[in-house]
Amino acid sequence: MSTILENLRYSQDHEWVRIEAQKAYVGITDHAQSELGEIVYVELPPVGERYEQGEEISTVESVKAASAIINPIEGVVSEVNEELDGSPELINEDCWANHLYVLSPFEQSQYDGLLSSDEYAAYLSSL
Amino acid sequence: MIYPYIPHTDADRRAMLKAIGVESIDELFSGLGADLLLEDSIPISHGRTEDEVQRMINSIAQRNVRGIPFLGCGCYDHITPATVKALSSLPSFVTAYTPYQAEMSQGLLQAIYEFQSMICEITGLDVANASLYDGANAAVEAASLMLAAKRKSRVVLVSETIHPFALKVLTTWALGTEHTITLVPQQGGIADFEVLPSLLSDEVAGLIVQTPNCYGLLEDYTGIADLLHANGSLLAISADPLSLAIQKSQAEWGADIAIGDTQALGLPLAFGGPSCGYMAVRQALLRRMPGRVVGATVDKEGRRGYTLTFQAREQHIKRERATSNICSNQALAALMTTIHLSSLGWGGMVEAAEQSYAKAHYLAYHLAQLPGVTLVWDKPFWCEFPLVFNDAKKMRKFLQELRNEGIFAGVRLSSLTRKNSDELVLLVAVTEKRSREELELYLAAARRVLK
Amino acid sequence: MSEPLLIDLSKSGRKAYCYPPLDLPRGFEQALPDLPIELQRQKAARLPEVAELDVVRHFTRLSSLVHGVDNGMYPLGSCTMKYNPKLGEHIAAMEEFTQIHPLQDISTVQGCLSVMYNLLEDLSSITGMSWGTLQPCAGAHGEYTGLKMIRSYFLKRGETERTKVLIPVSAHGTNPASASVVGFEVVEVKSNKEGLVDIDDLASKLDHTVAALMLTNPNTLGLFEKDIIKISEMVHKAGGLLYYDGANMNAIMGMATPGDMGFDVIHLNLHKTFSTPHGGGGPGSGPVMVNDRLRPFLPKPDIELTDSGYVYRWDDEDSIGKVSMFWGNFLVVLRAYVYILRMGSEGIKAASRHAVLNANYLAAKLGQRISIPYGKLCMHEFVASASVLKEQYGVTAQDVAKALIDEGYHPPTVYFPHLVDEALMFEPTESESVESLDRFVEAFFRILDMAEDDPETLKEAPHRTPVGRLDEVRAVKEPDVRY
Repeated sequence: MSTILENLRYSQDHEWVRIEAQKAYVGITDHAQSELGEIVYVELPPVGERYEQGEEISTVESVKAASAIINPIEGVVSEVNEELDGSPELINEDCWANHLYVLSPFEQSQYDGLLSSDEYAAYLSSL
Repeated sequence: MIYPYIPHTDADRRAMLKAIGVESIDELFSGLGADLLLEDSIPISHGRTEDEVQRMINSIAQRNVRGIPFLGCGCYDHITPATVKALSSLPSFVTAYTPYQAEMSQGLLQAIYEFQSMICEITGLDVANASLYDGANAAVEAASLMLAAKRKSRVVLVSETIHPFALKVLTTWALGTEHTITLVPQQGGIADFEVLPSLLSDEVAGLIVQTPNCYGLLEDYTGIADLLHANGSLLAISADPLSLAIQKSQAEWGADIAIGDTQALGLPLAFGGPSCGYMAVRQALLRRMPGRVVGATVDKEGRRGYTLTFQAREQHIKRERATSNICSNQALAALMTTIHLSSLGWGGMVEAAEQSYAKAHYLAYHLAQLPGVTLVWDKPFWCEFPLVFNDAKKMRKFLQELRNEGIFAGVRLSSLTRKNSDELVLLVAVTEKRSREELELYLAAARRVLK
Repeated sequence: MSEPLLIDLSKSGRKAYCYPPLDLPRGFEQALPDLPIELQRQKAARLPEVAELDVVRHFTRLSSLVHGVDNGMYPLGSCTMKYNPKLGEHIAAMEEFTQIHPLQDISTVQGCLSVMYNLLEDLSSITGMSWGTLQPCAGAHGEYTGLKMIRSYFLKRGETERTKVLIPVSAHGTNPASASVVGFEVVEVKSNKEGLVDIDDLASKLDHTVAALMLTNPNTLGLFEKDIIKISEMVHKAGGLLYYDGANMNAIMGMATPGDMGFDVIHLNLHKTFSTPHGGGGPGSGPVMVNDRLRPFLPKPDIELTDSGYVYRWDDEDSIGKVSMFWGNFLVVLRAYVYILRMGSEGIKAASRHAVLNANYLAAKLGQRISIPYGKLCMHEFVASASVLKEQYGVTAQDVAKALIDEGYHPPTVYFPHLVDEALMFEPTESESVESLDRFVEAFFRILDMAEDDPETLKEAPHRTPVGRLDEVRAVKEPDVRY
């Protein structure tokens, strides 16, 4: 059983979003990382670019699989988690503490429309 | 009739059917249904013995005429060391499949690793793949790569001076998709980069150029990479890899992608195929590169070994999201190039390139003295040059007379472009393989026709 | 045993090859200017400097570290690793073919064109189609070409809304990848309990936005789509076309044709069905054959037989253009032609009949001890599952595959198709004798015994190879892809 944190919002593509000081942090859920297995590479998006909701923004790879990261809310990439460049396995170790990128500014209304932790849990069990 | 490729005896068949629990082989096909099962045999000829096939092929082969080829346009008659054929014919290389099972494919994987390394060394770029179908398809893959590397791009600029067939293959690729190919026009036989700034926009993913170009001329790419990079676009340079022994490498021009065909490095003319496309890219583009890549790693005991790697890019994992649909490539042809380069070394490559240069210039210089033909463009070339005739009748006579002497004098450009305006242009290729006698034979015949 | 890189044996000044000296007049050589400096290469490339025998030993040793069909049985599912006759190699090495330039005057290449034309005629007969092209260099390249023709066909008809290609979940990965390259959207079609196309699911997805259904028949489970005629009627009725992936054509040659099944376009893999060698991953050849509906869209140039011999035809307005630099992988095409000449009508049919006989025999034998989840009888291949081994002993399909390597066999295809857990896909081909199959079964059963008795040793297999299982994570995280 994979873990889910409260107070975060989720997409059906298994990304989580956390708002902190007017910035939206985006990562992948425990479910997503365990499906992938040992992560060997994370493609980080270019800083300064605006991405729409639902646009493919990055890829997370294991040896035998590659998973597209679908940007959950519109925004401008203001920073990326460069630690993942050399140590992509950090996501396996703690997917909640290791975001992929940060959006600022971002579209608040789209954030509000994402799944709550309960809704995401229900979604997972429906799969 | 007994088929040596099918080892079953009557007794074998009976025993096998019994073990399966059916009465006949036909029963195994019952699922096809009466509507689909063919009643008659397919209308092709009856089988033949090995000897009969050989005789039949011998008579077909006689309908091919060989001459001394001064033909190029993407396929060249270079000297190949005997090692290439001998070693590339070793049965386990020939009859193996793609090396998915690394432990029983180390030899093949290592050979591919050496191929990748040599392509990197020659192009100056960081990483290469295990081969693509041919030079034209390498251009297609470069175009796809560029588009994938730049968000919201749609347009690939292509120089009008790339090989006309490569341009056709690119045009076919763009057909019915959202991608557009925009031509960079030529001026005086080389790409005209004066217009390049006006063609650049956010939608432009990159530019594909070729040197030596479709006329055999060498192009100067000074400043081009910077111009593209400033626009967030990529530069791909297609080049005959043997020419890179003397002309600037793709990396030296600042290109992001190096492409071309290794036919000049150990592959026979073979009526145009198999040849072998190559691609090398900057490190940052590694994950966008199509096709197979071999990497070195270790086993549990720390022994060095080779394996297919970065497979998460490929079709068998990513399916419709893969960087390309390529699966089988030209592995055995890439092996021939690897053996060829191993035999030549850098010194041999430079020698072949310089001799081709010298001999091509010798022939060009002397042809230029003759009436009725001109070397129109005063541009540097390597082993191939355009000879322009004053009139079509003269050109036909020239080709016919030389063929009577056993010489294939060149390729008519119009046979590639199907354009009337190219009617009078003959592309003449001279490699290190053409002996002095062959050059003089060509010149003597040319003098007779063009006097 | 390991073999060093040739570059590591390099010694400055050593040569494996010498060119004849340049013999132009001295005056000319001296007067000949160099390339303009701004075009000159600056940096030398690092290539091996070794003696000829070093090259010979290096590649001979490397070849001894490779397993091919000539070394032993290679039951790799969906790859048709049949015997590659030596006659084909002999003929493909003839200088009358290898020394022919693709742009020679057409009157001097009538032999090559006759090979291509006659092969196209034979392939048309074998597939039940009207004509084709030999330009594609591999199966995936054939898919691309066939789908491109479908795209052009609908654009020509003004049916621009047909943007989807339906593909069963069991399909080879190149199918969706090719569809995507051509600009189609991929929609998956479900499989039913029997492992065949789920007709209801197909029906629910067929509408005016569907360009084609891509099918392999028999499918990747080795099962014949028995409702194929119904399927083809459904697709055609919805205005779509039917694409046949010929990867499994070795099951039905001479017995049935894709043309009769209702397919509009098909690609073949000459390197599978028609016995040309795989060469360690190519060059192959992926001819595309079509019915009259798609014929105008074939790549250029077509070959035509006229009173004055064979000629190229470049004038087809609807043609998609070109997909290869020249005319395709001619030497591969030539080998396939030789194979068909040798086998003839009866031999081609015998090949498929024995391929199916061998697969069923092997399935019957292996089925005594391992589960084969789909189908009572199979066509030319079948898929077993190691899921029971995994539950009971923790032994996976991958472990079984690696243990087969120690037994001297190339493993079957593993983990494909995805419909079957811990899949092992076997395709013995017609080339193997009953004794050869029996020996393979014995080896396989030894491995099953080992799974029971000593699973830990099995999980470490292979033990007799120059290297053990390689660290693939390291290969990606610390890339070493060149010297």
